[in-house]
Amino acid sequence: MDWFTKFPAMDTDKLTALKKAIDLGFRNFTRAYGDTFETILFPVQWFMFRVEQLLTTSPWPLVILAFAVIAWLASRNWKITIGVVLTLLLIGYFDMWLDTMKTVAMTVVATIMAIILGIPIGILMGRSNRIQAVLNPILDVMQTMPSFVYLIPVVMLLGIGRVPGLIAVMVYAIPPIIRLTNLGIRLVDKDVLEAADAFGSSNWQRLKNVQMPLALPTIMAGVNQTIMMALAMVVVASMIGVQGLGLPVLKAIANQYFTLGVFNGLAIVGIAIIFDRTSQAYGKRLQKHLEVVHG
Amino acid sequence: MAEHLTGIGISIRNLYKIFGSNPDSYIDAVKAGMTKAELNEKHNHVLGLKDINIDMPGGGIQVVMGLSGSGKSTLIRHINRLIDPTAGEVIVGDEDVVKMNEAQLREFRRHKTAMVFQKFALLPHRTVLENTVYGLEIQGLPREEQEKQARRWISRVGLDGFESNYPNQLSGGMQQRVGLARALTNDAPILLMDEAFSALDPLIRMDMQTVLLDLQKEIRKTVVFITHDLDEALRLGDRIAILRDGEVVQQGTKQEIVLRPADEYISSFVREVNRGRVISVDMVMAPLTGEPKGMPIVSGTVLEIAAKKMTDSNVPEAHVTDSSGAVLGKLAINEVISAMVTPVDHDSAAA
Repeated sequence: MDWFTKFPAMDTDKLTALKKAIDLGFRNFTRAYGDTFETILFPVQWFMFRVEQLLTTSPWPLVILAFAVIAWLASRNWKITIGVVLTLLLIGYFDMWLDTMKTVAMTVVATIMAIILGIPIGILMGRSNRIQAVLNPILDVMQTMPSFVYLIPVVMLLGIGRVPGLIAVMVYAIPPIIRLTNLGIRLVDKDVLEAADAFGSSNWQRLKNVQMPLALPTIMAGVNQTIMMALAMVVVASMIGVQGLGLPVLKAIANQYFTLGVFNGLAIVGIAIIFDRTSQAYGKRLQKHLEVVHG
Repeated sequence: MAEHLTGIGISIRNLYKIFGSNPDSYIDAVKAGMTKAELNEKHNHVLGLKDINIDMPGGGIQVVMGLSGSGKSTLIRHINRLIDPTAGEVIVGDEDVVKMNEAQLREFRRHKTAMVFQKFALLPHRTVLENTVYGLEIQGLPREEQEKQARRWISRVGLDGFESNYPNQLSGGMQQRVGLARALTNDAPILLMDEAFSALDPLIRMDMQTVLLDLQKEIRKTVVFITHDLDEALRLGDRIAILRDGEVVQQGTKQEIVLRPADEYISSFVREVNRGRVISVDMVMAPLTGEPKGMPIVSGTVLEIAAKKMTDSNVPEAHVTDSSGAVLGKLAINEVISAMVTPVDHDSAAA
């Protein structure tokens, strides 16, 4: 009755051998293809570097002005614009400007990459049940796997630094944009689609004129989610050498510096609120035509 | 628009539609006489349309009438092949829509047909003008030309000044005017109207019917109009086909349907119809024997008007003439009144 009280697990030696074999396989893979990946990712590295350089080396008043202009254009709302300026001034006053800019750069680049990759994947998923059936479990894994686990293969493949950090952040942040693009495409009114067909729309015209515009509010909700998840992952990614607000947080945890942790944490909250309010206001503005209803 | 004066005829031949996972394997059984109920119970497939044969002459309004579930919306979607048939032919002009490949079908939909939908199906993110140009935009016409055409039809359906409103800002009746303008802007010879006015309240519906009839006098398109409302069918239709459970139970002119309903199902519909306003003198006149008596009445006049004229001038008999004045037949007042009031059911009509 031994097997009844103690789970009949795989033999320890065999298990170790299995793990070793997988590790060895992956290590060989990284040795063989690590350089290739680095070459492929070079443009990303360059883009990331330029964005970070732009944000950290430009004079701070210009950066704040640029943020204010973007917030105004996106939201057309004075309250949000003033909130953005005040938050950034506070962050600067508490001497977290550079770290914050590095984090913003990482978040912006990760979000842009997630949008560029995620929306087409979401569209494919929205158009084919088979692709949806394949991708859904993958997205489930991506969303539930503890975020630290992502760091391991990325570090093995690319070492530590900005780019592996960026990849880890992007992988963590991409599922919402894919899922919500898929959902948005699937929720488009069947009657309107039929009308588009009846007038002889090609697939591309259907996508461009009907599906994308009608799915846009849902897609914007996905973008918002993606930004939030990217920000959350930035702290974790600091474990593999991503600079920014995550690093002081990590230091604070290791040394029990309560105030340091809280200040940097609040800075992350601050930029999260900036991104959230601005992108939500933009999303709402896109749906203006739905608001004025005939009485 | 001169080339549309005669219009393109539509001929539907032996059309079958079976809904389900494997319709092809049951088509032979259905053709051999399997009933809708048997197909549904034993094989879990639904017989949507069964052996439909309708000839729709070009330039006229063909109404297809039936209650919900009769297959009328399925039928109209076969004309531009939004639904693929299981078997049969849909000949438009001299082309079989069923045999077209994807590219041909797209061209056919762009240039030959335009459709108006029950639930309007406007693009909510586009203004009235942007919705109206849709068909021409898809065809790739220059923007200027698109807008010129669109503005003309927006004005024609009475929406001047609403060009930059969004559909949500308009009432149902106005939204359907946009739907109509969008279809007319396409300038296709065939206009498909799927319960286009059913979602509107009665007064607006009458109003829209008038708009359509007025327009039809000048555009002379081949209109296929789906409805569940007999009054609407009789008001609009040059020809009417009545559908029940996916089969045509009767087709013909409105007078034929009112005067000689093919079965109890149709008589139950036509019983409530104001016959005096539907039936024309041509249906009740008798061959002329001897000299024409009384007053002349023009062919096509409805009984109500004829009876009024005859009783006003107090004559028991009149004669029917065509537009040039040639005598076609004689008309007795008692025949006129009898045709107006007799609630004909199909038994006595046949007798």
